[in-house]
Amino acid sequence: MIVDKIKKREVTNVKNKKSKVDIPIGKWVKCEGCKEIIYKEKVRENLNICPNCGHYFRMHIGKRIELVIDNGTYERFNINIDTTNPLNLEEYPKKLKSLREKTGLEEAVSCGTGNIKGEKVVICIMDSGFLMGSMGIVVGEKITYAIEQAIKLKLPLIIFCVSGGARMQEGIISLMQMAKVSAALTKLEEAGLLYISVLTDPTYGGVTASFASLGDIILAEPKAMIGFAGPRVIEQTIKQELPVGFQTAEFLLEHGFIDKIVERKDMKDMLYKLIQYHK
Amino acid sequence: MQNKKEDGTKENIERNFGMPNPESYRKGIRFMKQAEKFKRPVITFIDTKGAYPGIGAEERGQGEAIAKSMFEMAKLKVPIIAIVIGEGSSGGALAIGVANKVFMLENAVYSILSPEGYSTILWKDSSRYKEAAEKMKLTAKDLYNLKVIDKIIKEPDEEEAFKTIVNSLRREITVTINQLNKLSTEEIIQKRYEKFRNMGEYREV
Repeated sequence: MIVDKIKKREVTNVKNKKSKVDIPIGKWVKCEGCKEIIYKEKVRENLNICPNCGHYFRMHIGKRIELVIDNGTYERFNINIDTTNPLNLEEYPKKLKSLREKTGLEEAVSCGTGNIKGEKVVICIMDSGFLMGSMGIVVGEKITYAIEQAIKLKLPLIIFCVSGGARMQEGIISLMQMAKVSAALTKLEEAGLLYISVLTDPTYGGVTASFASLGDIILAEPKAMIGFAGPRVIEQTIKQELPVGFQTAEFLLEHGFIDKIVERKDMKDMLYKLIQYHK
Repeated sequence: MQNKKEDGTKENIERNFGMPNPESYRKGIRFMKQAEKFKRPVITFIDTKGAYPGIGAEERGQGEAIAKSMFEMAKLKVPIIAIVIGEGSSGGALAIGVANKVFMLENAVYSILSPEGYSTILWKDSSRYKEAAEKMKLTAKDLYNLKVIDKIIKEPDEEEAFKTIVNSLRREITVTINQLNKLSTEEIIQKRYEKFRNMGEYREV
């Protein structure tokens, strides 16, 4: 409780500062949970969780690796590929180029091997900062490659999902990635290897309707929004407001589609424990 | 005339304006498993605007139902033929499209989303659906070139067109099933796997 009060006081101070001086760009961030303006560093130090209200901010690949993988053990797979822009959209390659410069990421997923408390795993981590984590040919191919490596190396597979779904810019080819990854997972099953899928905010569309839902164990972060159709599409279709808490991780848990909601601070321990159980 | 063997899974996609709920996919899986047990080939007919976006559909796991359908099809031990006969939109269509051979009627479309939805998402403007339809490569010819489908079933412009189409479909199905039946169980699964494993070209950088 005291800690909570201290946190609140800190936040109040932040608010006071806000009224006096301009917020330096890039140093402060508005929390979508409590709407407070918060010092970014405070959020970062707190596993990208709002120190005021506990709202989960999205997590970039690097930060996620830090969270669950033993320091210095992550080794990215040496697979360097790019889209062929199947729809020949003029603006798409430009968009990719500027995103790569801006985010430092090559694509919406990073795949490799790493250790979780000494246990070697194959891990795929998606990033919402890259075209909303959407799945096109590169994401589909990299995840499929990762599954194949897990089979080859006889390692458990962990995928951290965050995605708006299939990537519109690559049309039908993006859609086909759903089948490609799902088919690859049948081979992982055949090999008897563990696959843990972790759903983070937001996981939607073609990702929910493929590998995100196919884990032997499906975990989720608290309050993550997870679904097939987006809330706006549903509202427009049924012409009524959606119930409170609809499509949250808690909602999915209640309906039997995920197995456990795990807080960020406990994620690494939980993954380690699950790997141990399945050895 | 239809051989019982050719009569595998056939989704009833007429209901709910052709937008299936999760139960439809689960029913599909049930029948595909049945076909597998009795060693019957499976034929799916695709004509859907996509899976239904509703509260109940989400509560009952629309995403999971689609994922499981693709997963089960990918490892099914009997041959599967999928035929896009009208509109094949989004994951709701692909859910029953993981087949050894995919046919498409000449004037059918197969796409990631409806052109209206596509232009809304990509350009935030649903009125640009015509432009979207042109860019999306959703015609049978485009999809054949992209190696998403294996065969185009001609739709001749004539009075008895329906009869002609049905006849050529029947012929194609029979010929294809006879070919696929010659394969071993492993080959049936592996060839289907490779077909989807190779979906989409990328370039090394």
